[in-house]
Amino acid sequence: MMENGWWVYVVIIVAGWLATDMWRWLGVLVGNRLDEDSEALQWVRAVATALVMAVTSKLVFFPTGTLADSPLWLRLGALGIGFLAFLLAGQRVIVCVVVSISLLIAGLALL
Amino acid sequence: MSSASLDARSNLAWFLTGMRGITSLPALILMTSFVGFSAFALESGITRDQAVFMTLAVWALPAKMILIGSMAGGAPLAACFLAVTLSSIRMMPMVASIMPDMKSERSPTWLLLFLSHFVAITSWVFAIQHLENVPRERRTAYFGGFAITLTLVNAVIVGVCYGIVAQFPPLVSGALFMMTPVYFFASIWSSARHSVVRLAFVVGVVMGPAMALVDPEFDIVYAGLGGGTLAYLLDRFVIRRVGRRALSRPASPEDVP
Repeated sequence: MMENGWWVYVVIIVAGWLATDMWRWLGVLVGNRLDEDSEALQWVRAVATALVMAVTSKLVFFPTGTLADSPLWLRLGALGIGFLAFLLAGQRVIVCVVVSISLLIAGLALL
Repeated sequence: MSSASLDARSNLAWFLTGMRGITSLPALILMTSFVGFSAFALESGITRDQAVFMTLAVWALPAKMILIGSMAGGAPLAACFLAVTLSSIRMMPMVASIMPDMKSERSPTWLLLFLSHFVAITSWVFAIQHLENVPRERRTAYFGGFAITLTLVNAVIVGVCYGIVAQFPPLVSGALFMMTPVYFFASIWSSARHSVVRLAFVVGVVMGPAMALVDPEFDIVYAGLGGGTLAYLLDRFVIRRVGRRALSRPASPEDVP
C-alpha cells in the first residue's frame, strides 16, 4: 500500500501540508478584515465545528485498533458520563479526561 | 521612542515564558494524544519518519487522522487532498479569530503566516486564554514560544514512542486511543463562545456516525457542510430569535423611561 516511499512524502506535502496551511494562511489574510459578528463567519464556524465533531464522534463509534473489539455502550458510557462530570465541574477539561478514561479502563479490565 | 517598559523584557524572554506553557495541562493531554497517534500511525502502515514528518508538516491532529485514513484506504491524491482540506476549513476562522489579538502594527505578514502553521486546537485555546495578559508587541514571541515548542516536542514524542506503543498492553493502547476524542469533546465545547458552535457540536456528533452508516464515502461532507448549515439555520432563525425575544421582553412599556 505505502511501499513507494517518496510518493508518500508527496501525498503528505500536497494533501497534508498544503491542504491545511492554505486555510491557515487565508485565516491570516482575512483575519483583519473579517467582522467577528458577521453571518458569514457564523456559518463557517458552524460548518467547521460540525466537521471536526463528526470526525471525532466517528473515532468513538468506529474505533480502529484494540478498541474496535470493545462494546459500543462502554465507549459511549465512559465518554457520556465523563462529559456530564465535565459540565457539572464548570467545564474543566481534566475532569472529562480523567473520568472517561478511568471508566473505560475499568470497563475493559472487568469485561 | 516606545515605552521603557517594553524593553524591560525582550522578545526572547517572552518566547521563553511562552515555552513554559508546555507544562500546562492541555499541553500534557495533547502529548498523550500524540502517543496515541504514534500507535495509530504504526497500525495504519505509516513509517516512523513519515509520522514525524507529518507531525511537523500538518500538525493538526484531526487532519492527520483523516490523511492517514484516506491514504490507508488507497484513495488517490486528489481525494486525500479533498478530505483533508474540507476538514481543515475550520483553520481559517480559528486563525482569523486570534489574529486581531496577536498582531501589532509592527508585526510583519511573513511572521504571522509562519506562526499560523502552529495553530491547532490546543494553541488556539492557549492564545484565547493568555494573549491579553501579554504586552501587544511581545504577543507573537510569546505565542511562538508556546506553539513552536509544542509542535517540536510532539514531533519528538511521535519519533520516540513509535514502535513502543505497539508493545503496550491492549488496556493501555485502548485508553491512549480514547484520549484524543475525549480531549476534543471537552476542549472544543469549553472554548465555544457562540450558541451556533455548541449546536453544530451536537449536530456533528450525531450526524458523523449516522452519515457513516448511510454513505461512508461522503459522510464527513454531509455531516460537516449539511450538518453545519443546518446548525447555522437553526441558530439564526430559531435560537437567536427566541433569545432576542427573551432579551426584549424586559423592555416592556413600563420599563421605558
